[in-house]
Amino acid sequence: MKSAPFEYSRATSVDEACAMLAADENARVIAGGQTLVPMMAMRLARPARLVDIARITALSYIREDAGAVAIGATTRQCLVERDILVAAKLPLLARAIPFIGHAATRARGTVGGSLAHADPAAELALIAVTLDAVLSYRAANKTTDIPAREFFVGPMVTALPEGAMLTGVRLPVWSGEIGVGFHEVNARRSDFAFVSAAAQIERGNDGKAKRIAIGVGAATDCPIRLYAAEMQLTNTTLDAAKVKSAVIEALADIEPLEDLHATGAYRRRVAATLAARAVADAWAHAQEKTQRTTHAH
Amino acid sequence: MRINLAVNGAEHALDVEPRTTLLDCLRDHLDLKGAHAGCEHGVCGACTVLVDGVAVRSCLMFAPQAEGVAITTIEGVTPGPGELSPIQDAFCETHGMQCGYCTPAMVLTAHALLADNPAPTREQIVEAISGNICRCTGYAQIVEAISLAAERMRGANRPSEPAR
Repeated sequence: MKSAPFEYSRATSVDEACAMLAADENARVIAGGQTLVPMMAMRLARPARLVDIARITALSYIREDAGAVAIGATTRQCLVERDILVAAKLPLLARAIPFIGHAATRARGTVGGSLAHADPAAELALIAVTLDAVLSYRAANKTTDIPAREFFVGPMVTALPEGAMLTGVRLPVWSGEIGVGFHEVNARRSDFAFVSAAAQIERGNDGKAKRIAIGVGAATDCPIRLYAAEMQLTNTTLDAAKVKSAVIEALADIEPLEDLHATGAYRRRVAATLAARAVADAWAHAQEKTQRTTHAH
Repeated sequence: MRINLAVNGAEHALDVEPRTTLLDCLRDHLDLKGAHAGCEHGVCGACTVLVDGVAVRSCLMFAPQAEGVAITTIEGVTPGPGELSPIQDAFCETHGMQCGYCTPAMVLTAHALLADNPAPTREQIVEAISGNICRCTGYAQIVEAISLAAERMRGANRPSEPAR
């Protein structure tokens, strides 16, 4: 389990990193390395040059940005895990972060690294798709924004052009009484998910679900949204039986991944169960918050 | 390439291939054999070291990436020659090891946990070591060891208690 030889360069700015990437077509960005290094050890990746961007301090930030929370590409996952802005504004992300790898990999792994690798089981990719996040990348002095649902193309494949580097992600903040739910099934605690599901719900003043987002990860090539179920369930009181039938229906057309760990049929079935569970949790969470606010007044 | 590493409080100038992992660098270049090579792809946790006080996997870092940070290995946690840290002591007392392969990593993970949280619950201890695989103990004595060490370390500065 040793990597093939490569050259190592350390960039101190985004411009320098872009120049290094442009100068060598076999160069690859490394930040925390928690996905790339195992791939290199198993020789699934053999970059000729690594451009280390972990020291670009300008890319390590978590800040409010016009109705969203912006997170820089080299921000380590352990910082997001403990961030008060994330806890207050992005409860779904806060809920999902502890499911990413282990504490020891979150200590090095970055937000941008996880998104750029696009593992189908990556929790961050699922949250980005569920919250309609917008990713930014830089190539040849030009910054481009791309919605998460267009960024993820397939397993470990993204729309990131050659020579470009991901610089950050903006995750929209929802207003109102928000509830969140997140579930996954895996063989061991913190291992890769066979299926994961995320839900975020805004409860309206009429006691109905005003806005719903439901995402499923690890079941298909890249994370998906259950748009049909979201439409069916908006402006309802989220009756458990209706939620279950809506998510089953929304999952009818997916092409589930199949491997030694889990068959496609299993993944589809578990996706429906976890999605319904995430919705139920999010709804209960939103109701709880409403009650607390009402008592406070 | 030429790199400078700060390991257990000492600076080292080393010549390594960029592909050398921090793990191999510690073992082969600095003769610090306490970091163990298990899976070498980030799954087993046997190679755990502390980077700026936080537990990380040394097999998932290339040596050049470790420039400019403070690295602590199991060889660096003892208070003095021939002595053991309170966590190591607790592992001995509760039989928190059998073959010993996972032990340095477990001890370092416990160090990082207790530095951050002096009074962890059982659940938090289990979560903290969930990335470290042990095939002998069944984990029960390891959890007990960390819990015992935490209790002692919390009590260490209480003036009212008799020394030792």
